[in-house]
Amino acid sequence: MIVLIPSPLHSYTQGCARMECEATSLRELLDWLDMRFPGIRFRMIDEQERIRAHIRIFADGAPLESLEAPLASTTELMIVAALSGG
Amino acid sequence: MGGTEKPAAKQRVSLLVGTRKGAFLVHGDRERRTWRLDGPHFLGSMVNDVAPDPRDGETMLLAAKPGHIGPTVYRRRRGEEGWIEAGRPPAFARAAEGDTGRAVDHVFCLAAGHATEPGVWYAGTSPVGLFRSADGGATWEGVAGFNDGLYPQIAAKVMDVPEGSILHAVLVDPRDPSHLYIALSSGGVFESADHGASWRALNRGVEASFLPEPDPEFGHDPHALALHPANPDRLYQQNHCGIYRLDRPAEEWVRIGRSMPADIGDIGFSLALHPRDPDTLWVFPMDGTDVWPRTSPGGRPAVYCSRDGGSTWLRQDRGLPHENAWFSVKRQALCTDNCDPVGVYFGTASGEIWMSADEGANWSPILRHLPPILSVAAVTEAA
Repeated sequence: MIVLIPSPLHSYTQGCARMECEATSLRELLDWLDMRFPGIRFRMIDEQERIRAHIRIFADGAPLESLEAPLASTTELMIVAALSGG
Repeated sequence: MGGTEKPAAKQRVSLLVGTRKGAFLVHGDRERRTWRLDGPHFLGSMVNDVAPDPRDGETMLLAAKPGHIGPTVYRRRRGEEGWIEAGRPPAFARAAEGDTGRAVDHVFCLAAGHATEPGVWYAGTSPVGLFRSADGGATWEGVAGFNDGLYPQIAAKVMDVPEGSILHAVLVDPRDPSHLYIALSSGGVFESADHGASWRALNRGVEASFLPEPDPEFGHDPHALALHPANPDRLYQQNHCGIYRLDRPAEEWVRIGRSMPADIGDIGFSLALHPRDPDTLWVFPMDGTDVWPRTSPGGRPAVYCSRDGGSTWLRQDRGLPHENAWFSVKRQALCTDNCDPVGVYFGTASGEIWMSADEGANWSPILRHLPPILSVAAVTEAA
């Protein structure tokens, strides 16, 4: 699957905005990202396992609300840093 | 910072400045006349605190919260280029199934631990939480005695201020690493004698005009809390309801702000102590009338200094604008250095840093046009 990373997280990915990975759920994908880029998960997911207020995650255009959401190998997963004020 | 011995003249001072849009390090020369700006660091992130480690004079910790993503803590040693992110930033314990659980929105204050505990740091957060690191800020654990012990008992009286509810001060008694004070706005001042395992309220004598009961045990609104390094039994607080002093083992705060001029009042958010003289402190009064403008009274900014523990106050405004200057100084944005004479510094919400190299007698601007300033800490190099 393709994962798109928003600019506020590029300091973790050394500027990489697009990457390929294998995961069957959002939770698995986040763990995969955190293994490669330590600390990145906590910036998107809080300690109660909630997606943070200004982070949106879309799978092929559909918003994901649960970490257990299943993902297909053909999914394009877009992580978005949503509007957060001035 | 800290230290009670009289320092050598002409030491270098650096200011660690947290702003709404990043951090700045400001390095002075030995005369404290010219200042060199290093930054921004973490441009775009809200940086509520950049805290020096007085134990080694080398390390600083920084609390960052960008607009979109979660909060974290960085550390850096002097001379190093890069900042190192905490492997495990402050975070509340996972809630039981069915419970909502709390999540740290931002780290508000960072405080170095006791001299005998070199890796220990404390962090206060919004929503209110207390965290401890034993490894120099690399990993953080909740202080269960507060987060799971005291907090649930006082939660009903902990209200949001504009930044959310905040635990904004952690003080460590220099004589005893297990003796801690914390301040919550609102919530009050609390004391622990056992490293934070248990807590007791320490608010007697402090007014809380915004609460229905006349003399509550807690729920007060300290804006800033300080303990004097040369006399750790001497505490000061700038409160929503005035300026107070407490000399332990007494339990009752005394409202020393009553001796401030009536047309100025004793409302403000910040206070700073003389590093060697427990009777000398500075405050920055702000307008707390009607809708609480939180600006310099009358648009005429001034620092007020007391040399006698708050019995009398001296207005210090030479060099500051004398009209149409609506300064706001946040609770962590007034500080002193360790030089002789003492340097006093404040940062404004309009992005200016002002300093006095003569204990408040004369003021001049160091920097303008920074983002809104949230915190200023002075680091004085070792003699």
